[in-house]
Amino acid sequence: MFRHLTTRILSRPTTVTAARARPFSTDVAAAPAADEAFAEAWKKVIPNIDPPKTPLHFMTPRPSTPSSIPTKLTVNFVLPYASELSAKEVDMVIIPATTGQMGVLPGHVATIAELKPGVMSVHEGNDVTKYFVSSGFAFIHANSYADVIAVEAVPIDQIDPSQVQKGLADFTQKLSSASTDLEKAEAQIGVDVHSALNSALTG
Amino acid sequence: MAMAALKREGKRFAPLIAPNRINTLRSSLAPSEEQAPFGLRTISTQVVRNRMKSVKSIQKITKAMKMVAASKLRAIQVKAENSRGLWQPFTALLGDTPSVDVKKNVIVTISSDKGLCGGINSTSVKTSKAMHKLNSGPDKENKYVVLGEKAKVQLIRDSRKDIEISITELQKYPLNYTQVSVLADDVLKNVEFDALRIVFNKFHSVVSFMPTIATVLSPEMVEREAEAGGMLGNLDSYEIEGGETKSEILQNLGEFQFSCVMFNAVLENACSEQGARMSAMDSSSRNAGEMLDRLTLSYNRTRQASITTELIEIISGASALTG
Repeated sequence: MFRHLTTRILSRPTTVTAARARPFSTDVAAAPAADEAFAEAWKKVIPNIDPPKTPLHFMTPRPSTPSSIPTKLTVNFVLPYASELSAKEVDMVIIPATTGQMGVLPGHVATIAELKPGVMSVHEGNDVTKYFVSSGFAFIHANSYADVIAVEAVPIDQIDPSQVQKGLADFTQKLSSASTDLEKAEAQIGVDVHSALNSALTG
Repeated sequence: MAMAALKREGKRFAPLIAPNRINTLRSSLAPSEEQAPFGLRTISTQVVRNRMKSVKSIQKITKAMKMVAASKLRAIQVKAENSRGLWQPFTALLGDTPSVDVKKNVIVTISSDKGLCGGINSTSVKTSKAMHKLNSGPDKENKYVVLGEKAKVQLIRDSRKDIEISITELQKYPLNYTQVSVLADDVLKNVEFDALRIVFNKFHSVVSFMPTIATVLSPEMVEREAEAGGMLGNLDSYEIEGGETKSEILQNLGEFQFSCVMFNAVLENACSEQGARMSAMDSSSRNAGEMLDRLTLSYNRTRQASITTELIEIISGASALTG
């Protein structure tokens, strides 16, 4: 009788873990073999504690570079407080890199671009969504995945033109009256952002 | 005052009130004695009663703390889940190299300021110390940057000289990116590092928190690893837009990565803290409830025993008088 019990207890956990593949959280649990070296090294030195997880555990792995150029570009547009676009398939994005507006199409060469304050537009068929981004980085991977990380972004239609003019005037005045390098730098940043906002609203 | 005294005794002696009215005043002045005929010895239930009162109030407090933690968790969980997309592009680009071999390691331990949140702070400190041990070697140095009072207290006991910066009162105002980026700036300016390891508890669900280590490499290390191949091997295939040199961009990238990863880590740890506090307070209320049950049983038994003793004494006294 006890042997039956033990076999049942032993067989239960496996079925339970298989069914419990997606527990209460919204995270996807993917555990690639990439950081096994870390787990091995950990177990050797600290055998009592389980090795901690690393970010790779919590990320779905990206697809590898396909042989032919895909038709659509997959865009992830993230901000600290929200993911604006996550894995959205679009035709083209135009990002405001420090060297100027850069258009990204599927099959674009892998690039790391630093962004300056400016307009980012996402083209999907006939719709164009424009955001004003403050600054950040954009990574374009060889598998036609584009990651845009910005500190702050607003859709263009939510910007108030009068506030922009006022801000521009304020910062220009501050720049002319700035004494220390820090004040000059801060005022210059303000002027840059506001003039970019201005041109975004007009252009 | 007599009625109050009666209420206090639990209305048990209602049938005995008539002969006892003279003595209610005296018994109300000496609260430790039961309401009984003068001169009788009684068993005191006061001690048990005091204990029950205090356990009941503790139960109320822990229940309230659980509610507060639940509401705080709801608010911050939304923020944490929204920030989860922030570190993923960096890991997609630069990979994750926790087993990288560097000379100057800085371990950033994130913990809470307030206690009563279960074992998450001890877990973070244990993981940090294990990381320290893992990366110890002849010319390697490990330093700590501590966020939160609880980890500081634990780490200061044996690694006081290794703590570079300690930051407390992080959650005085609601967490936002600006605050965390100022903090990250502070750390980057004042601490020399080859690799930063951020130790925090990732919020998986209300009952499960996973200790996690996120690694951020300094620009020089990124270049070194890119040349060595492996996960960063194809970094050279990326063209760099803007800026004068690749190293400038890599530096900006490293700093941005650190602030983004820190932001997510701090939010996840805050979520874990509230979740752990919820379950700690829940089990505490349950314990208090069980304790209260046991005390009630013992109280009733003591009370009944004292009634029985008094009845025996009265009856034996009465029977001695009559026959």
